[in-house]
Amino acid sequence: MVVMSTTIVIKPKKIFHWSDLKELWHYRELLYFFSWRDLKVRYKQTAIGAGWAIFQPLITMVVFTVFFGTLAKIPSDGVPYPIFVYVGLLFWQFFSSALGDTSNALIANQSIITKVYFPRLILPVSAVITKLVDFFIASLILLGLMFYYGYTPHLGGLILLPLLLIIAFMAAVGTGLSLAAINVKYRDVRYALPFFIQILLFVTPVIYPASIAGEYSKYLAINPMMGVIQNARATLLGTMPINWTLIGISALTSAILLLIGIYVFKKVERYFADIA
Amino acid sequence: MKPIIEVKDIGKQYKITHERGRYVALRDVIATIMRKPFAFLADKAKRATGLTKKEEFWALKGVNFSIQKGEVVGIIGHNGAGKSTLLKILSQITPPTEGEIVLRGRVGSLLEVGTGFHPELTGRENIFLNGAILGMKRNEMATKFDQIVEFAGIEKFLDTPVKYYSSGMYVRLAFSVAAHMESDILLIDEVLAVGDAEFQKKCLGKMDEITKTDGRTIIFTSHNLAAIRELCSKTILLEAGHVKNFGPTEEVITEYQNLLKESSSTDLRKETRRRGNGSIRLTGFATENTSNEHTLISGERATFVLSYECAHPEKITTVDVGISIHKNGVPIATMYSSYVKKEFHTIAHSGEFRFLTDNLPLAEGVYGIGVRVLADGTEADWPQTEISQIEVRNPREYTKKGYRTHPGSAIIVQGTWEHEPTV
Repeated sequence: MVVMSTTIVIKPKKIFHWSDLKELWHYRELLYFFSWRDLKVRYKQTAIGAGWAIFQPLITMVVFTVFFGTLAKIPSDGVPYPIFVYVGLLFWQFFSSALGDTSNALIANQSIITKVYFPRLILPVSAVITKLVDFFIASLILLGLMFYYGYTPHLGGLILLPLLLIIAFMAAVGTGLSLAAINVKYRDVRYALPFFIQILLFVTPVIYPASIAGEYSKYLAINPMMGVIQNARATLLGTMPINWTLIGISALTSAILLLIGIYVFKKVERYFADIA
Repeated sequence: MKPIIEVKDIGKQYKITHERGRYVALRDVIATIMRKPFAFLADKAKRATGLTKKEEFWALKGVNFSIQKGEVVGIIGHNGAGKSTLLKILSQITPPTEGEIVLRGRVGSLLEVGTGFHPELTGRENIFLNGAILGMKRNEMATKFDQIVEFAGIEKFLDTPVKYYSSGMYVRLAFSVAAHMESDILLIDEVLAVGDAEFQKKCLGKMDEITKTDGRTIIFTSHNLAAIRELCSKTILLEAGHVKNFGPTEEVITEYQNLLKESSSTDLRKETRRRGNGSIRLTGFATENTSNEHTLISGERATFVLSYECAHPEKITTVDVGISIHKNGVPIATMYSSYVKKEFHTIAHSGEFRFLTDNLPLAEGVYGIGVRVLADGTEADWPQTEISQIEVRNPREYTKKGYRTHPGSAIIVQGTWEHEPTV
C-alpha cells in the first residue's frame, strides 16, 4: 500500500508563504521541461533553427555598424565599432527578448493555467532560461570577433560576466513579472510593450558609449542595463576600469525590480485561472 | 482511518462585471480616469467603503463532504451547478474564497485531455512534457513509458508530431499519460465525452483497475450517467453550488433525473443576470413532447414554450424571439423567428411564444437552452446564458431494434446505409 506522505491543505490563498519556495523546488523538473519545449519547438519551426540566435544579433550588428559606426560616426570608446556594439547587443537582446517573453508567458500558456496546477512563477522563469540559451549561442560570434580584432579579456574580469548576467536576468524577470501580471488583467498592454522596449534601447548605452552623456551619464545609472553593458565592455574590451559603484547600483535596482515583480505577480497569481 | 479527501465548508465567489466583455483594457480605464476623474474617485471610494457592492455570485457555497481512500465518486448536476469549479478548487487551479480542503495524498488532475500537448512535438516528446505538467517525475515517466505507449496503441507513431495524429490517437495518448500517473487521488472532468466508444470502455476499465488494484481514489464528473453508474459507488449531486445529495449512485441518479423533469419548466422571473432594456420580459421556459411530457424524444415532435410579460405592448411593433441549444456550453443550434421571416407584430401583456418541430434532430443527452427576445430591433431581454436544460432520449423503437447513438454526439442524421462494390 502506498504510504500517504503528502498532505495538502487548500485554503483561501495568502500572497506569499514560505512553503511557496519549497513548492517551486519541487516543480523544478517542470521548469526544465517548459524551457526544453520552447527551445525544441522554436528550432523545429524555423528552418534555420539555432542559427536564428546567431543571425539576429549578427545582422543587427552589421546594420548598426554601417549606419551608426561608419556613417554617423558615433564614438565607441576607442574600440572597433562592430565589437563595441556587439557586446552591447548581446546583453541587450537577452534583456529585451527575455522581458518580452516573460510578460507574455501567462497569456501564451493560458490553456495550461486554467487546466492544471503548478507554481505559475515557472512560466516566466522558463521563458528567460530559453533566452539564456540564445545568449550563449550568440556569444560564439563575440568570441570570433574578439579573436579577429585581437582582444583578450581581463582574466579576473571574466568572473564578473556571470554576475552581470545575473543582474540582467533579475532586471528582465522583475520587470517581466510585473508586466505579465498587468497583461493578464489588461489585455491591451502587450501592444504597447514593443514600443516601450524600443524606447528603452535608446536610453541604454547599446549603440553609443555612456561617456557621450558626459556628466549626465550618472543619471543613466538607474537603468540596470547600463551598468551591465558598460561593465561587460570594461571586462571584455578594457574600454575603462571596472566600475564597482555602477555594478552595485545596477544590482540594487534589479533586485528591487525583482522583488516588486514577485510581489505583483504573487498578488495576481491567485486569480489568474479565474480571469484567464 | 482518516478520509483521503475532506472538504469543509468550501465556498467560491466570483465577481460579475456587467456589459464589459471579459477583458478590461487599460486604455479604457485610463480614458475613464481622464474624462471623469472625480466620478472615478467617488466610485472607487464608494467601493472601498462598501457603499456600492459589486455583484457577487457564489459558484459554490457551504460544500461539505469527505471521501475514503479507494472510493470512486461521481459528481453530477446541471451545467453551472459548480461541478467544474469544485474540481478546479480540488486541483488547486483556483483557490476557494472560504473553507478548507485536506487532501491526504498526491493529486493528479485530468480536467482536459492533452493539457499542454504541443502540436509540433512528437508523441514521445509530448508524453514527457505532459507527464511533467501533470506532476510526474522523470524517472517515474521512464519506467511507465512503455505502458503508456502500449495502452495508447501508438507505437508506430511515437516519433510523429502529434499535429498529424487523428483525434482518436490524440485522446488515447493523453488519457494514457494521465492514467499512468502515480497519484493517490485522480480528478477527472468529463474527458470521456471524447473518443470512440471502444476507447471509452477501455478507459473505464483502466479507471476501474487503478482503483481496485492500486486502491486509488477517483473523482469523476460527467453528463454520461451510464458511465457514472458503471464506475462510481457513490455520487454527489450538485445543485446551484450546494451539495444536494451525496450517497449511493443509483439513489442520487434517480434524484437527478427527477430534478431534470422538474427543471424542464423553468421560472425566469427570479433570474437577475440578464441584459436588455426590459420592454419585454421572458418569464418562463418549458418543453413538451407528443404526450405532453417534458422529456423530449429524438426524431419526434417537440415544442419549446417561452412565456413573456410586457408592460406596454402597444409601443412595440415587431418582436423577434430566439432559442439556442447548447452542448457542453457550445451552441449547436440557434433558432430566431426572424431567420424564417416570422415576426410578431401584435403582442399582449403576457403570453407565450412557441417553437414547434416535427423532427427533433438531437441525439440522446442533456442540452442547455438559451433564450433572447428583441423588440423593434433592440435587445429587450436576454437572461444570461444557459437558463435551462433539456433531456433528450432515444425513441423506444431504437432500444427495441438495438440501435445506438454515438456517445457525446449531439445530432442524429437519419438515413440508411448501402453498399455497392466497384466492378
